[in-house]
Amino acid sequence: MNVFDLFRKKTTAPVARERLQIILAHERAQIGSSDLIVTLREEILAVIAKHMPVERDKVNVSMDRNNEVSMLEVEVELPLRDEKGEPMKIAANA
Amino acid sequence: MAKVLVVTSGKGGVGKTTSTAALGAALAKTGKNVAIVDFDVGLRNLDLVMGAERRVVFDLINVINGDAKLSQALIRDKRVDTLHLLPASQTRDKDALTEEGVETVITEMREKFDYILCDSPAGIERGATMAMRHADVAIVTTNPEVSSVRDSDRIIGLLDSKTMKAENDERVEKFLLLTRYDPVRADRGEMLKVDDVLEILSIPLLAVVPESQDVLKASNLGMPVTLGSPASIAAKAYTDAARRLMGEALPVEIPTDRRGLFGKIFARKAA
Repeated sequence: MNVFDLFRKKTTAPVARERLQIILAHERAQIGSSDLIVTLREEILAVIAKHMPVERDKVNVSMDRNNEVSMLEVEVELPLRDEKGEPMKIAANA
Repeated sequence: MAKVLVVTSGKGGVGKTTSTAALGAALAKTGKNVAIVDFDVGLRNLDLVMGAERRVVFDLINVINGDAKLSQALIRDKRVDTLHLLPASQTRDKDALTEEGVETVITEMREKFDYILCDSPAGIERGATMAMRHADVAIVTTNPEVSSVRDSDRIIGLLDSKTMKAENDERVEKFLLLTRYDPVRADRGEMLKVDDVLEILSIPLLAVVPESQDVLKASNLGMPVTLGSPASIAAKAYTDAARRLMGEALPVEIPTDRRGLFGKIFARKAA
């Protein structure tokens, strides 16, 4: 501890206040839709499946929150070859 | 016209039972007919805080099941004769609180009392939702601490969706009761201030009850603080809260750091 620390006021209440404001803003927005991620995952899967074969467990949907924005991450792993080992054809209109 | 109030919080240990006892006694002292009802089935404690633990014969579940009449289960307070306690069952669990049963009991109580205070269990499960079900007014008991504030926010959401009022497109009147407030720590920036909690929860303030040794002393003796040490600052806060609940327009007193400059310097050194 140096001499300047004696004069610096370290308060914790403002941190508590800010953390609460952020988390509650998120929680209030999600009232009644706690399964939002699950729903999104199913619907995204359905949209992709219309155009190309995709495995259920190769779709990963997650939500990452920080102070400014929420980041919705969708990760879909697409196979390059089908089960016969042929290169995949991606249909524009299925 | 009877009023049903629920004392609720989400989080446990914030002072629901203590506040139910203190507010119930304060309301009854004005001559109003008051009943306090313990909804914490399986973990009853309102009887103990009221000093009536040895007088419990029948309980809320007995009345719901028709094993006893309401009048047989109600315990009249020995200090304030307009104050009555309906204890919870200690041996059953929350599933014994049926929706119809609770409705019948509350309807009968509305005929007999001016104020019915329901002491909610912690959590958001059956006990808590049944306690708030028939409420006209909710007293959201909160400590100036992150987990308590978050849980209170959740409870406010439930009050707006899971109550009879909400289902009938009406609103439960909600008030914040901030308990265990330490003005010295709030002043130092170590504790959320009254305004912080008010801004976050955005419901009107009923009272701020400062952290006080008198509250524990009173409950040790089986006394609501408003009867045990009526001159204490905690009792004053509850008494004022009761007057506000009765419709009086009384400004809310925010506890402040009452020590002098010398006291402050000394306390800082000691800390």
